[in-house]
Amino acid sequence: MATSEQMIPDRAPPITQIGPIAWLRENLFSGPLNTLLTIAAFYFLYLVIPPVFEWMFLDANWQGTTRNDCTRDGACWVFIIQRFEQFMYGFYPEDLRWRPNLAGILLVLLIIPLFLKRVPYKGWLALFILLVYPVIAYFLLHGGAGIEEVDTSKWGGLMLTLVLSIFGIVAALPIGILLALGRRSSMPIIRAVSTVYIELWRGAPLITILFMSSVMLPLFLPEGMDIDKLARAMVGIALFQSAYVAEAVRGGLQAIPKGQYEAASAMGLTYWQSMRLVILPQALKLSIPGMVNTFIELFKDTSLVLIIGLFDLLSIIQQANADPNWLGFDTEGYIFAALVYWIFCFGMSRYSLALERKLDTGHRN
Amino acid sequence: MKKLAASLIAIACIGGVASADTLEAVKKNGHVKCGVTTGLPGFSAADEKGVWRGIDVDICRGVAAAVLGDANKVKYTPLTAKERFTALQSGEIDMLSRNTTWTLTRDASLGLNFTGVNYYDGQGFMVNKNLGVKSALELDGAAICIQAGTTTELNLADYFKSHNMKYRAVTYDSSDQTIKGFEAGRCDVLTSDQSQLYALRIRLAKPEDAVVLPEIISKEPLGPVVRQGDDKWFNIVKWTLFAMINAEELGVSSSNIKEMKKSKNPAIQRLITGQGEKLGLSDDWSYNIISQVGNYGEIFDRNVGAGSPLKIERGLNQLWNKGGIMYAPPIR
Repeated sequence: MATSEQMIPDRAPPITQIGPIAWLRENLFSGPLNTLLTIAAFYFLYLVIPPVFEWMFLDANWQGTTRNDCTRDGACWVFIIQRFEQFMYGFYPEDLRWRPNLAGILLVLLIIPLFLKRVPYKGWLALFILLVYPVIAYFLLHGGAGIEEVDTSKWGGLMLTLVLSIFGIVAALPIGILLALGRRSSMPIIRAVSTVYIELWRGAPLITILFMSSVMLPLFLPEGMDIDKLARAMVGIALFQSAYVAEAVRGGLQAIPKGQYEAASAMGLTYWQSMRLVILPQALKLSIPGMVNTFIELFKDTSLVLIIGLFDLLSIIQQANADPNWLGFDTEGYIFAALVYWIFCFGMSRYSLALERKLDTGHRN
Repeated sequence: MKKLAASLIAIACIGGVASADTLEAVKKNGHVKCGVTTGLPGFSAADEKGVWRGIDVDICRGVAAAVLGDANKVKYTPLTAKERFTALQSGEIDMLSRNTTWTLTRDASLGLNFTGVNYYDGQGFMVNKNLGVKSALELDGAAICIQAGTTTELNLADYFKSHNMKYRAVTYDSSDQTIKGFEAGRCDVLTSDQSQLYALRIRLAKPEDAVVLPEIISKEPLGPVVRQGDDKWFNIVKWTLFAMINAEELGVSSSNIKEMKKSKNPAIQRLITGQGEKLGLSDDWSYNIISQVGNYGEIFDRNVGAGSPLKIERGLNQLWNKGGIMYAPPIR
């Protein structure tokens, strides 16, 4: 009788241990409480999703030009489609809309090389974006010096939201870094000034600052002097944001071990050299999550300019709801606003994750 | 806080923030800087093309037509309720046409002048048609939807108390919610300013099922405002509005003004030609207003009245000789 030398073939693991069933068991039905919660959650989704989906897509109105074309029960996306351009550009003259487009494309084109590896002169490019690009953008958006002027009261929509937040982010970054260094400086006056500045601006809500800039400031200005409302808001936002950036950077600075400072001094580096070459590159990397957090907050906070009568994305949607021909489509408008805000904020947070991974040099504990 | 703000404003006014000659400034700039709302149906709102429309906007356009000869030479500054007076006091705008209620406090203590009334508003009631209610006096015991924290709440309490009636208030935070509550049947009656009631009615699934009752229980005269201390400009804005009302009374409209120019009626002659230099304007000032913007009736009709989605009745805003109280001093 020949004995089989053959191995018994591997048997598949029991169905309860692998595949979707195991996953379900482990994650959704691992105990009586979890089972109950899962069932409750699914029941809730069952209650909410079908009607919302029906309203948003199945029963929705997509085609037409007036409210009378919205005959079906669902959402009236005609409202959004008809007003889309206005939501993007505000009251910017139609034939000049290539100018904000160009400014946007230019910014993207300039920024892309910064993210690629092995591009020479990155430092100069960054300086160009910080110092020269704003001037170009100003002339493209606002005009002047021979280019047809577009008053800032005509700016609006997503364009205004982006102008406010990009300006806030770009202007606040250098000021914030200087403030953070100032707050950790060994010189008492500089330290005191920085601390007072940061605490003052962080202690006031943005809405107060916007109110001050739009309601109080004009009263104190001399007669005939009229600073543009948008400019006042932009300066207010930048000053406010710089205090938050400063605190995020300070967090990074404090996380750098003392040995790094001492090593830099031992190398004979001056204060600014050691900051630029040793401390800040490490500290900024550490403060990325904090900074992106404040930037995302700022992006959403720009919608507060609504209370000073500037038409950013959110307020231009509300304004469109006041058109007697389009009354009663607030829900559609707010959903659209939420979607746009979400796209931008999600993009920013994804980008910061990628940046963290790219700059990770294994210091993580 | 209010006192502080008031005194700051007072200081600013004494400091002479208001530029002395608004008319000259407007001519120099080539446009009228006009403060409007950030969006109120029928009063001021921008359409799909970004063109501002509304009964308040048309006052701005009228002033631009009178002063500069072109109704389109207006720069609109959208203002929130809190900003509006500062913007006027600081000279950021030349005139404010932003559904502002004329009250003693505002007229006397803010350094402002109200130039007249272009819309008589007031708190009213909207009811479901199938209730069969014809008058607010039949509302005893009704459930009433209302926005919390507004003067409408106090007016309502006063009205029902003075008529010995009872009601049950159903309060909401925003006007959006009140109309949703009304639609869902939480209340029989919705109360708010009448102009607002008509705007809310459009949001109902079946607007024709709701009716606005004729009673008005509070006085909200809305009108354009200018800075104190520039009487010449004050006169111009005031008479722009009066010219519109007089034009309707005399039957002069944007469509027939060319023929009316040959009219034998001396009142029409005085309205259309002449009188300009007394205001510091050219002689065709009123002709420009009426031909480019229209008379008061046309303005009312296309923005809030029968020709608009709002379909507000003329009511108090009808001319004095047709049952309303809209009355303008004569042009002579």
